[in-house]
Amino acid sequence: MNVNITIKEARCKGCGICATLCPKQVLAVSELGKIRVLHEEACIACGQCELRCPDYAIFVDKKVKA
Amino acid sequence: MSKARLMQGNEACVEGALAAGVRFFGGYPITPSTEVAESMAKLLPTVGGKFVQMEDEIASMGVVLGASLAGKKSVTASSGPGISLKQELIGYAAAAEIPVVIVNVQRVGPSTGQPTAPSQGDVMQARWGTHGDHPMIALSPWSVREAFDNAVMAVNYSERFRTPVILLMDEIVGHLREKVELPEASAIEIYPRRKPSCSRAEGYEPFTPDKDLVPNTANFGEGYHIHVTGLIHDDTGFPIGSPKITREVTKRLHEKIDIARDEITHVEEYFMDDAEYAVVAFGGTARTAYEAVANARKKGIKVGMVRLITIWPFADKAIKKVAEKVKGILVAELNYGQLVGEVERVVAGKCPVELCAKYDMTIFEPAEIEAGIDELVAGGRA
Amino acid sequence: MERSFEQYFRQNRLPHLWCPGCGNGIVMKAVVQAIEKKGLDQDKTVIVSGIGCSSRASGYMDFDTLHTAHGRAIPFATGVKLANPELNVIVITGDGDCTAIGGNHFIHGCRRNVDLTVVLFNNSIYGMTGGQASPMTPTHKKATTAPYGAIDRNFDACRLAEAAGATYVARSTAFHVQHLTDMIVGGLDNRGFSFVEAVCQCPTSYGRKNKMADPAKMMMWMRDNAVMKAAWDKLPDDKKTEEKFPIGLFYNESETDYATAYNEVIQIAGGADK
Repeated sequence: MNVNITIKEARCKGCGICATLCPKQVLAVSELGKIRVLHEEACIACGQCELRCPDYAIFVDKKVKA
Repeated sequence: MSKARLMQGNEACVEGALAAGVRFFGGYPITPSTEVAESMAKLLPTVGGKFVQMEDEIASMGVVLGASLAGKKSVTASSGPGISLKQELIGYAAAAEIPVVIVNVQRVGPSTGQPTAPSQGDVMQARWGTHGDHPMIALSPWSVREAFDNAVMAVNYSERFRTPVILLMDEIVGHLREKVELPEASAIEIYPRRKPSCSRAEGYEPFTPDKDLVPNTANFGEGYHIHVTGLIHDDTGFPIGSPKITREVTKRLHEKIDIARDEITHVEEYFMDDAEYAVVAFGGTARTAYEAVANARKKGIKVGMVRLITIWPFADKAIKKVAEKVKGILVAELNYGQLVGEVERVVAGKCPVELCAKYDMTIFEPAEIEAGIDELVAGGRA
Repeated sequence: MERSFEQYFRQNRLPHLWCPGCGNGIVMKAVVQAIEKKGLDQDKTVIVSGIGCSSRASGYMDFDTLHTAHGRAIPFATGVKLANPELNVIVITGDGDCTAIGGNHFIHGCRRNVDLTVVLFNNSIYGMTGGQASPMTPTHKKATTAPYGAIDRNFDACRLAEAAGATYVARSTAFHVQHLTDMIVGGLDNRGFSFVEAVCQCPTSYGRKNKMADPAKMMMWMRDNAVMKAAWDKLPDDKKTEEKFPIGLFYNESETDYATAYNEVIQIAGGADK
């Protein structure tokens, strides 16, 4: 799936909700306490992470085909 | 054409509030202030205003603050323990600079006390009843007509200074019926709600003080997207944990009243031109004191009366002037002794200050104050 | 701005002060999404809140906002609405704010049926002060003031609201974000006192004390225990365990709202054209 995952680091508090609720284990909290994209290629753009992020720090968009 | 009407002090203060543009009242029944709510319930809808009876005194205070922020001049009223319950949000009004008038028809306390009996025991509560550092304006009428006038004044001051104002009535004036002639609407000066000085695009900040140190805060619904909070806030309205801002805001809240003190401190003097002694009194007690002073004059005692209309801020200047001129001051008040402390502070030993106190449910007899004057003249109590 | 709902936030106030994993941010998003869905005029919408974690939401929302005193949001909101009925007034409150110190205002707000939409962020705890038990802390759950487990029985705020006369009553959770948004939209649609309870997680003060420190796990608990109203009604009593709770629309009746009723008073009193 062709997706854009945007992370607003300044807003992320590293709570890990997105990582735990992700059905494809795309995300992980880094040692710096911020969310990181580990496996973008596995993302199915379900949007669960964005939906339940309490800090509006992650956004998922399907790439528009050129 | 105005014509004389028989009315109660409580009713007159309602007429005054309406004349000053009040269009919202929230209240809760309590003696002896209930007639204020009852009159408001009857009259407000006749001028397109709204009355709401709330579930308690706290809610009554909250609802008027909300209405004021949405642009309606607002009043609440209570007595005794009810005023205590309102104190939390009187502090909120002081901090968030919300115009509002609180009518306190004083009765005997503490606690349930003597619910139908007169007292002037809330003098200090009016000043210090809520929490924290804040200024206060309190006015105390001595007649039904003055209840009207002071209500107008209280509403105007609340708007002008964006601050809570207490109309400190007592049961004597609240329940007194007198024939009064109310002024024509055109003769009443009304201080309008302050308007924002610039647009949002021009960088409007709701709590930036004007030259008179009072902010021109927008009403809700005018497109300014203001934030109002009881937390210490800067000019933007948002809370800030800064010692500097905390100091500046606290100072400004006091100074906005302090710099206008001469203008808002109303005092009336009677028989004072050649007076060697003075009686200081306010509210319903001043009526008796006036007669006592007139009687003493007949006996040849050169005594006058100083009547405080504005209780807070205290009339420091007027009392100081009196202290420099007279041989002694008698403070007559319907409590164990509250205002007398302020008089003593200002007189600062320049002349003797005696207290004529009463706290037994009954109002003063002129003879009681006359006896106080006699003692003062004789050089104090034996 | 990545998403259109963000136009309703004061961007310069973000990120918000809530703890990592706190559900308040999710519920606040649901509120603005509901506002967006309804297309409410940003200049004519007022957010009124009390005191506590949830009540700090008003500061982040780009409307006229009123952060009142503890428990007092509903009286203030009542004043705002009655003074200017043109305004859409939304109240944000917490479980302690609304049902303890503000309990009297809450039931009378319901009874009076002023056109307000009250969203209660229910995290089952006093978070701001560090985790004391609230009237909505479930019995046996722990709090700093209930170190051996709460013995108080907890309020069901929805049943309370309905009994007190609210004309719209619904519940959802921070897990069910879209459903929660829809429940709030329904509240905004109702002309009268609307109450929406939003169950949300407090991992810091409630979770840690009750073996659920992971906010994601708390959300999964909501997923696993919240039962849609229709299914709940068919659920046999023995399946309605202590953890399970219904979500959805519980009550919606059309009754005259207070401002409309008062307009009739003004008509009778002859003040309509004043």
